[in-house]
Amino acid sequence: MSSLVKCPHCGLRPREEFTIRGEVATPRPDAGADEALWFDHVYLRDNPRGEHREYWHHSGGCRRWLVLTRNTLTHETSDVVDASTLKLGERA
Amino acid sequence: MRYSALSLLGNAFSKNKNWKPAWRNPDPKPHYDVIIIGGGGHGLATAYYLSKVFGVRNVAVLEKGYLGSGNIGRNTTIIRSNYLLEGNNPFYEFSMRLWEGLEQDFNFNAMVSQRGVINLFHSDAQRDAYTRRGNAMRLHGVDADLLNRDQLREKLPFLDYENARFPIMGGLMQARGGTVRHDAVAWGFARGADQNGVDIIQNCEVTGIDRDGDQITGVQTTRGAITCNKLAMAVAGSSSHVAKMVDMRLPIESHALQAFVSEGLKPFIDRVVTFGAGHFYVSQSDKGGLVFGGDIEGYNSYAQRGNLACVEHVAEAGMAMIPALSRVRILRSWGGIMDMSMDGSPIMDRTHLSNLYFNGGWCYGGFKATPASGYCFAHLLANDTPHETATAFRMDRFARGYLLDEKGVGAQANLH
Repeated sequence: MSSLVKCPHCGLRPREEFTIRGEVATPRPDAGADEALWFDHVYLRDNPRGEHREYWHHSGGCRRWLVLTRNTLTHETSDVVDASTLKLGERA
Repeated sequence: MRYSALSLLGNAFSKNKNWKPAWRNPDPKPHYDVIIIGGGGHGLATAYYLSKVFGVRNVAVLEKGYLGSGNIGRNTTIIRSNYLLEGNNPFYEFSMRLWEGLEQDFNFNAMVSQRGVINLFHSDAQRDAYTRRGNAMRLHGVDADLLNRDQLREKLPFLDYENARFPIMGGLMQARGGTVRHDAVAWGFARGADQNGVDIIQNCEVTGIDRDGDQITGVQTTRGAITCNKLAMAVAGSSSHVAKMVDMRLPIESHALQAFVSEGLKPFIDRVVTFGAGHFYVSQSDKGGLVFGGDIEGYNSYAQRGNLACVEHVAEAGMAMIPALSRVRILRSWGGIMDMSMDGSPIMDRTHLSNLYFNGGWCYGGFKATPASGYCFAHLLANDTPHETATAFRMDRFARGYLLDEKGVGAQANLH
């Protein structure tokens, strides 16, 4: 469930310690990139029913950005990793 | 049968044995002029106005569960039209005017109660913001009154005026706001639409959408294939899920919102009151239970339930506003899925497919909009042009930069 999140640095912590950024649909485009790319990045979402990868910030703890793999239908979290372990620009 | 005092009396004399179901339970026909996906408030209202005002009667409403099982039966029943922005205000006021005549119009007791909605403010800056909103409302012909602390004390003596952190300085009141019995709204629209010949088909989930080029030809459902001339989506909460069937990605996230009802109490809160220093809104039902709610959960969710962190947060906000709530017991809580759009405002528009129409993104403000949403969506379906009060709810406003962001928080769905 989403009441407790297993931070890879701090262990099992309550949801209140986290700030949720949510799905990052596409990698952030270059500053000069086409408007359509920016529109997609800023506004459009996959918003799947089921498995969902999303950014959470442990703002009330270690202040690390995490990537959760969480099921939006059951609220089960299957995986949590530090966001820095993803390659730069890799789709979360 | 038309409901009236006479019909009530007649049925009483025949020992209430002759009441008929309020709507039919038909099997789907092979073809309809218009298919509306979603038998919630907005879908039923659309069918009602489509058949009544716009003369389109060969219509089906497809509902995956039972009628009224979604957000129309899960909200906190508040109606109001206290919006700031030009694109929003006339639409919500149109909705308020429809609410005011709704029960006579669809011959059903929806218990529309214009008991007044009061938004509290707690700082000079907030008073200025509310004054601005009140003035904007008045410029649009909507009633708005700024109450100072003494005027507020007369109306709501039980608030925590001397709260050390968030003292209550006053409130913005819309006296015409209030509450409506939410289930009755679904039932009234369903009955009205049914009487006009609309087929309301329950337990019929759309599993696929058939296309021929940029034309929709029909839908695949759990009760077989049905063809149509026009297809309308009114599935707020699951918009992204259904839109995916036609490869659409939307500026929408689905989030869970909880609502609560307390044990029955004697008459205590005779208006709708909202906290200005946190997110909390409360009214008292005719049965005596306090009906209240707060923020969405914050994470994407398609589960119709929330978590304890939000329960605690809502209870804390309620306590900060009304300390007398401390020993009130919560009877039930439940959750619904909100279509959170990227600017906090709804979308009602045509789509990239020529005969597919979209209605969604209502965030957690869909209930108050039910009649106007139905009316305007029916207008769009019948005429292919938006109703004059719904011209700002375009799908492409995000790409064009014409956002309708009442709160001014940007493209972060969980902050709206």
